[in-house]
Amino acid sequence: MTATTALATPRPRLGALTAESTFIGRSFIHSVRDVEALMMAVVLPTMLMLMFTWIFGNAIDPSGGYVDYVVPGIILLCAGFGASSTAISVSRDMTTGIIDRFRTMPLRSGAVLTGHVIASLARNLLATTVVIAVALLVGFRPDATPLEWLAVFGIVALWILAITYLFAAIGLAASTPEAASGFGFILLFLPYVSSAFVPVETMPEWLQPIAEYQPITPVTETIRALLMDTPMGDSAWLAVGWCVAIIAVSVVWGAWLFRRKAGRR
Amino acid sequence: MNLAIEARGLRKRFGRTDVLTGLDLAVPAGTVFALLGANGAGKTTTINILTTLVQPDAGTARVAGYDVVADAEEVKRRISLTGQSAAVDEVLTGTENLVMMGRLSGLDRRAARARAAELLDRFGLADAAGRKLGTYSGGMRRRLDLSLSLVVDVPVLFLDEPTTGLDTRSRQELWSVIRSLAETGTTVFLTTQYLEEADRLADRIAVLHAGRVAAEGTADELKARIGGDVVELRDADGRLLLERPTDGSVHGLRAAIDELDRSAAASAVGVQVSIRRPSLDDVFLAITAGGGSAPTAADAASAPELIESK
Repeated sequence: MTATTALATPRPRLGALTAESTFIGRSFIHSVRDVEALMMAVVLPTMLMLMFTWIFGNAIDPSGGYVDYVVPGIILLCAGFGASSTAISVSRDMTTGIIDRFRTMPLRSGAVLTGHVIASLARNLLATTVVIAVALLVGFRPDATPLEWLAVFGIVALWILAITYLFAAIGLAASTPEAASGFGFILLFLPYVSSAFVPVETMPEWLQPIAEYQPITPVTETIRALLMDTPMGDSAWLAVGWCVAIIAVSVVWGAWLFRRKAGRR
Repeated sequence: MNLAIEARGLRKRFGRTDVLTGLDLAVPAGTVFALLGANGAGKTTTINILTTLVQPDAGTARVAGYDVVADAEEVKRRISLTGQSAAVDEVLTGTENLVMMGRLSGLDRRAARARAAELLDRFGLADAAGRKLGTYSGGMRRRLDLSLSLVVDVPVLFLDEPTTGLDTRSRQELWSVIRSLAETGTTVFLTTQYLEEADRLADRIAVLHAGRVAAEGTADELKARIGGDVVELRDADGRLLLERPTDGSVHGLRAAIDELDRSAAASAVGVQVSIRRPSLDDVFLAITAGGGSAPTAADAASAPELIESK
């Protein structure tokens, strides 16, 4: 009986980011294998953009300049759309036994979520790049410097992170993956009540404050200012503030949910 | 004695349900220990507390020498859990699942790959190594699930109803794996609702009833608690008609036979009487019927008739 402890040794302590990199690798494989979701994340925003520029575009702005107006909004729509699948991935983990296996191992509790978040960031940045490439092909003519382009990708990445963390928390809260997927509609709807597709000033007066101060408007205006040299105002600060606030709330809420759901399925 | 698991007075309540009402356990290191109980008896809650997933409302538990609440991280370094629902990644292949678990257990990439191949081979899954788990059958999934717990040799292995839902063949394969693990010195703590499983695998058995351990011992000790043999009446096809437990005395045996003799079934053509040792079923039914108190031989002799309709 004393030989027991000699034979079976405790698990070694992991290197600094071993768990995180393993979970990121796992989530990447998930992303790549879920071909349909990946296609949707890239194809749907592209189709929306073509629809807005070719079908609605001339009605909204007969001069043909609508493409320059709408692309920043489409970029955001695309970022949010791809992030909502994180809720499904997280919920699937939580409702199968696999989370209990991870939780009974000496791992930082958030590492598995980090994997989902980083994979979502990569997926959405890829989709964003495709959307911008297609936009350039159909006549989008930004006048941004390389530094401004970098800033655009920075703010888009921050927005993706915010929305992904929010959806990771929603995935923790949802009782089933199906329920989690239902919340995706919020992000398909919110951009329409913002300056993404039409200027806020053209909306009914009672709607304008909501449209003006909801997070998508300042993020859109920041991207627009960087790409098209429209007035920046305080959009950048509002955008960063919104993103940081969403991340903070989601992380705190998510950590609480993660603890509360322990061993209860 | 070197104890791998030690629990004292564990209590847990979910909402208005008292799941555990003062559970005590002592599992010697290097043994196979079965926690036997009906559905809802608190088996999974016990495992969840011992594996740090759930905190007890009262009481203490130590696993591999560490407190499950105060030293949860140290406990986690020394245990593996194969839970009730398959803890596998459906999207990854068999190899990828095992390599991931190896990396998370501190093996480097090369060692993780080697270990994955070794385990797939050992569990008869080598042919399915490159297939996604989504395409595995229930038995294959369960075997991979168990192999994920064995990526590194930990001192204490927890298996929550490991063979539920498996066919007879897969069940026996799993039993032989668990037995060979125990031979290498791993402490195995398993829950089961199958008495046969506890009888075949476990060195010691605890019967969980009404949130506490109602009886504990080796299979033979538990069977001895019920006292004497059981007299059975079977029809010409060997189907069990009636059975009566006895208290082991000559008088008790005669009384049981007389009672069966008076029953209508006894006079049918081809009916045969036989005497057998009590099974773990008898023990389990006697204990769980008695509201949690351990039965005495006298209780057993007057226990309600136990008719099985298999």
